[in-house]
Amino acid sequence: MSRFKQKEKRTVPQPPSGSLSDIVFMLLFFFMVTTTMRETETKVMVTLPEASEVAKLERKDLTSYINIGTPMRSLQAQYGNDSRIQLNDSFKTTAEIRDFIAAERDAMSEADRSFMTIAIKADENTRMGIVTDVKQELRKCSALKIMYTARKGE
Amino acid sequence: MAKKTPEINSSSTADMAFLLLCFFMMTTTMDQDKGLQRRLPPMPDPNQKVEDQKVNRRNIIVVKINSADRLLAGTEPMHVSLLKDKIKEFLSNPADDPNLPEKEEIEIEGFGPCMVSKGVISLQNDRGTSYQAYIAVQNELVKAVNELRDEFAMANFGSLYMKLDEDQQTIVRKAVPQNISEAEPKDVSKK
Repeated sequence: MSRFKQKEKRTVPQPPSGSLSDIVFMLLFFFMVTTTMRETETKVMVTLPEASEVAKLERKDLTSYINIGTPMRSLQAQYGNDSRIQLNDSFKTTAEIRDFIAAERDAMSEADRSFMTIAIKADENTRMGIVTDVKQELRKCSALKIMYTARKGE
Repeated sequence: MAKKTPEINSSSTADMAFLLLCFFMMTTTMDQDKGLQRRLPPMPDPNQKVEDQKVNRRNIIVVKINSADRLLAGTEPMHVSLLKDKIKEFLSNPADDPNLPEKEEIEIEGFGPCMVSKGVISLQNDRGTSYQAYIAVQNELVKAVNELRDEFAMANFGSLYMKLDEDQQTIVRKAVPQNISEAEPKDVSKK
């Protein structure tokens, strides 16, 4: 009798899940290595202009960013909708760029200082006047290596 | 007989790893910053007397962008799309036109003598020019130089500039220099 007893239901054998955690850990390490935390909160709206001949930024750790654009909509009541300069976390005037550059320079090691790059992230609708002011200020504190950040386009 | 140590229940490591994974996936930013690299000219010393730099007229092309984003290259108004060819012609001067920049024979290390153009592009803009137009023009200028470099590399090394090794790229950079000067801003409002 028992010989003919049918096993309940034939099921597809479960795939081995022992290596699942290894796979997940591998992915985890990948993302942990590639991740870069956003350090500053952008307070200006920036749509980068398009350019086709862009080059990659070589050393991200030696780069300081200057954001130029109109303030975010939620901040417009306070700061207006004219183009503003953002350094680190707050709106600044052109005169304060000098201190910003000096501080950034101090944070770098002696050997790296000559490689410091200033990335100008300006909105495509910004007028050149403010950009020229920034450029002049950068020249005054001899931060001459600059980069106009742009989107890769056709 | 040694006491068996109880095994740690490892069935939940995958869940924990998943949680961490989700966190890093949410916070990660993969964007790489790209852009046009430039070197600003150093500030002139105020104590130094301004000397008139004698640059031959034929060696300079002035590219101006006005507040309405209109473009003037040399003497003629022009559309951005035509600028690249104009600059290429200006820098290469294939027919040795006396109105286009002169060339100078320069000894390049590891390559030999080479005719190098003395042309300089001077870019001027108004305070009202939009950044977009400015970048578009900058981009065309870089494109012109890049294409000339590719042509030079193709003719002498049989490969595109980007595919050459470090030393060869240096040679090409010396043979086809990128002389773009961003002029001193001019104050037009005071007059």
